[in-house]
Amino acid sequence: MTAMMYRPGVQAGHDGFAQLLWAEWVKFRTVRGWVIGMIVAVLAIVALGLGPSMRGTCGQNGPASGCAGPVGPGGEAVTDSFYFVHRPLAGNGDITVRVTSLTGQIPTLSGGTQNGLAPWAKAGIIIKASTRQGSAYAAMMVTGRHGVRMQYDYTGDTPGLAGSISAASPRWLRLTRSGGTLTGYDSANGTRWTRVGTVTLARLALTVQGGLFATSPQYAQTSVGLSSVYGGPSRVTGVFDHLSLRGGWPGGGWTGRAIGAAGGPAAGSPGGFGESAGRFTVTGTGDIAPTVSGADGNGVTIAQTLIGAFAGLIVMVVVGVMFMTAEYRRGLIRVTLAATPRRGRVLAAKAVVIGAVTFAAGLVASAIVVTLGQRVLRGNGVYVWPVTALTEVRVIVGTAAVLAAASVIALAIGTVLRRSAAAVAAVIVVIVLPYLLTVAVPILPAGPTDWLARVTPAAAFAVQQTLIQYPQVSNVYAPSAGYYPLAPWAGFAVLCAWVAVALGLAAYLLRRRDA
Amino acid sequence: MRFLHAESTKLRTLPGTGWLLLAVVALTVAVGSAAAAAVTCQATGCGQDPAKAILSGIDLSQAVVAILAVLAISGEYSTGMIRVTLTAMPRRIAVLTAKAVVVTGLVLAAGAVGVLASVLAGRLILPGRGFTAVHGYATLSLGNGADLRAAAGSVLYLALIGLLTLGIATAVRDSAVAIGLTLGLLYLFPVIASALDPHWSRHLQQIGPMSAGLDIQATTGLHNLPLSPWAGLGVLAAWAAAALLAGGLLLRWRDA
Repeated sequence: MTAMMYRPGVQAGHDGFAQLLWAEWVKFRTVRGWVIGMIVAVLAIVALGLGPSMRGTCGQNGPASGCAGPVGPGGEAVTDSFYFVHRPLAGNGDITVRVTSLTGQIPTLSGGTQNGLAPWAKAGIIIKASTRQGSAYAAMMVTGRHGVRMQYDYTGDTPGLAGSISAASPRWLRLTRSGGTLTGYDSANGTRWTRVGTVTLARLALTVQGGLFATSPQYAQTSVGLSSVYGGPSRVTGVFDHLSLRGGWPGGGWTGRAIGAAGGPAAGSPGGFGESAGRFTVTGTGDIAPTVSGADGNGVTIAQTLIGAFAGLIVMVVVGVMFMTAEYRRGLIRVTLAATPRRGRVLAAKAVVIGAVTFAAGLVASAIVVTLGQRVLRGNGVYVWPVTALTEVRVIVGTAAVLAAASVIALAIGTVLRRSAAAVAAVIVVIVLPYLLTVAVPILPAGPTDWLARVTPAAAFAVQQTLIQYPQVSNVYAPSAGYYPLAPWAGFAVLCAWVAVALGLAAYLLRRRDA
Repeated sequence: MRFLHAESTKLRTLPGTGWLLLAVVALTVAVGSAAAAAVTCQATGCGQDPAKAILSGIDLSQAVVAILAVLAISGEYSTGMIRVTLTAMPRRIAVLTAKAVVVTGLVLAAGAVGVLASVLAGRLILPGRGFTAVHGYATLSLGNGADLRAAAGSVLYLALIGLLTLGIATAVRDSAVAIGLTLGLLYLFPVIASALDPHWSRHLQQIGPMSAGLDIQATTGLHNLPLSPWAGLGVLAAWAAAALLAGGLLLRWRDA
């Protein structure tokens, strides 16, 4: 091995860069403090990921509360709680109704309630495989602020007529079942109908449940900073008339039932319905939608286990800066540059070495905490959002890549500033402080937070994103809840752009300045 | 006095000191103003502490204070100057005390300018963002007890950060490690607290030097704070005292 070590006076040949890499690697591994630093970084990531005793409320506030909710036909976690006025439908048939009013209550900042509609308050007609939570369905509905929609199987959402409704401007809704195919229509006058959408529900039994429903989701609002989120359950009341049924609806009356009232997000009365002279009033709370994390939802993501990455990152940034500034302090830089006059290659070799070392250390640490940390959290009764194996690998590799990129930026800034203290502080501030302000303690409103999460190096933490944003679910889709404005690798690309700029500046200054 | 003079001459004549002090002022004002300009009140209320918003530049400028404090001591170790210093002034604790006094003085001066300018900026910006009597907010004023506490407390906060860093830097000697430790100590507590459940999170916010110390900036919702404003600043003072003590003892016992 010693034969491969760089010897001054030996002209760098074809394999010059390999020799340079070897020389830098030897420098790295022979400084005990740096090796210890890497070990400390790995231990910090693992200890903070497995150590903190986050406790969940799964099962503590009633059966299945705070645990995994029902699962929809597509395998995703869903919220399925609403007030259902139903009767069986055997075979084909349709249901038509006119909605004349939609009113509700939403929570206020002071903790009371006021009249108002949640944007995604829903009331309308639904045909559902069964009254079991998570079963397949298709529904036509009027909403608080999004007009008429046809929704099906939790994630499906098609817009119909726009505008809000009133007695003067009612909406007619129709849902037709033919085998497994459900078609939704809407109309402003009950004579001219428009088809909104058609959906085929898999494995629908002959007898299904159909009828009226009303539900209104958790209402959350950020007042100013994202840290001041307030909210609570909201309610909605829909008034229906001109209800008509055709096809296989056996006789009998309507049954009112609050689906998913126990353990659902709605506290207090689960709603109810009244009927007089063909006029139905249905009140409900809850939602029929994919479950979301954050202020409106529950559970944590696997990124939770990677919180120690910040401790690791700070250590790696310190080592990354010292990998360059130590050369300046000891005057070794003059030897290094005398041996390899092509200074850009020295910087490149150092970047490769420090990047590879921190990537490897980060990979080991994040693989340990992501795989074991999830079990610790679940063991503590915390609901951890399920992810695919591929997503898990992306989070692990992505986190390691973020750590590697951070240490390369540190190396570059160390080259630019040549002063350890200023370089370390600069890198920590540009990476950790934006994260602190957008994710950990979001004091800024949504706009600036979004901007910070797009342009600063902290954008790269989007690689830890595992949640999906649904436009048909109101939620505070903020980084603090695990929703980043950029796609995972796009966020990482932002960090890479910063790395490129920092390395470019470092290479330029290294060449221009005397060492 | 001789010690003070020597130390102030050293720090004053370092090439970076002036720039760093200027950066403390500029970042305090710029970041605070940007944050204040970003908040808006809605009909339902503001839900935001105006003093905390306009003084949020401290979150960033404390990092510059940390650089300044690290340079005050680590520079001596990296150049070997420390041996000259300690030969000339063998009373090592007195040397550290002199450094502490000089750093505190400079940080207090820069911090006071930055915070005063921030308060002035706040008087201009905040009413335009809805922090008016309509929403129940008086104009930011140092005549108001809570605002004065937030402003003066922020200056003291920066000074304590300077002392904390000086203690850490004296103990570990290497500037990169010292600044990494300091900023880790400051920023990691709130980051990790955000990932824990409320009970543990509150405890971490009570013991973290940054999260506890910045309680001093609160002027609204005091009953929701993990610690009362002065108690919070007291936690930071305890950290600073512990760091200085550790640094002082190590400086005394170790070979330079």
